[in-house]
Amino acid sequence: MELGLEVSEGPAPYTVLAVKGEVDVYTAPRLREKLVELVSQGKHQIVVDLEAVEFLDSTGLGVLVGGLKRLRSHDGDLSLVCTHSRILKVFEITGLTKVFSIYESVDAATSAA
Amino acid sequence: MENVFELQIPASPEYIGIVRLVVSSLASARRALADERVDDLKLAVSEACTNAIEAHAAAGSEQPVVVRVHEGTERLEVEIVDKGAGFDPDALPVHPPVTDPDRLNFERGLGIPLIRTLVDEVQFVPTGDGTTVRMTLFGGPADGGDETSELLRVVLRDDG
Repeated sequence: MELGLEVSEGPAPYTVLAVKGEVDVYTAPRLREKLVELVSQGKHQIVVDLEAVEFLDSTGLGVLVGGLKRLRSHDGDLSLVCTHSRILKVFEITGLTKVFSIYESVDAATSAA
Repeated sequence: MENVFELQIPASPEYIGIVRLVVSSLASARRALADERVDDLKLAVSEACTNAIEAHAAAGSEQPVVVRVHEGTERLEVEIVDKGAGFDPDALPVHPPVTDPDRLNFERGLGIPLIRTLVDEVQFVPTGDGTTVRMTLFGGPADGGDETSELLRVVLRDDG
């Protein structure tokens, strides 16, 4: 099972991490490592694009919560791009829609004040 | 008449994707369930398998995790059987409210609340040497689903 992780620079100060595939207990450690790596490179405004994610479970949510915590401690932020109801539902059930800023597109996420 | 499928997986995270695939294929091909309900079941099963595999790791157990699917006339039941140390599902830590900054200190503990929300019924049954999580979705079989079962029988050991 492959997890795609593609980093690109958005309009400053944003960095976009596009995730593809299934995020579960097997693949989530790779997502965590990538987020830690980006933060250590000084990327403190990260947009995680979940549009190509087919499956996300609580392990994936935990990694995103951990990433947000790490970024907040650097006065940064982690926002999400997600429009698929199947994925959004996981955030809604757990109440995490109130914790993360969730946008409909990378453009919307990187133009948010 | 009830069919039972059983799948045993090594207690390792890399096999959870296979369980999701088998259970969701079975539910979508053979049951009168909306796609959204199949996704709910897929997520619940993934959460329960994650807990089972982590319980085996914590207990140092090298035994397989058993996934058992019962196809009833009115319900589909999926059991995840582990040989872990057991736990009290009613004594899970309570997270701070999502509006509290301390919420970010909790990365875990979402699996069981998710399972409770996603399936129609869930039971956590202590078995003496582990825990069985029994998840149920109500809904009858799909018409003409038996063609698929022959394929699945090749993949799965059929205890029915």
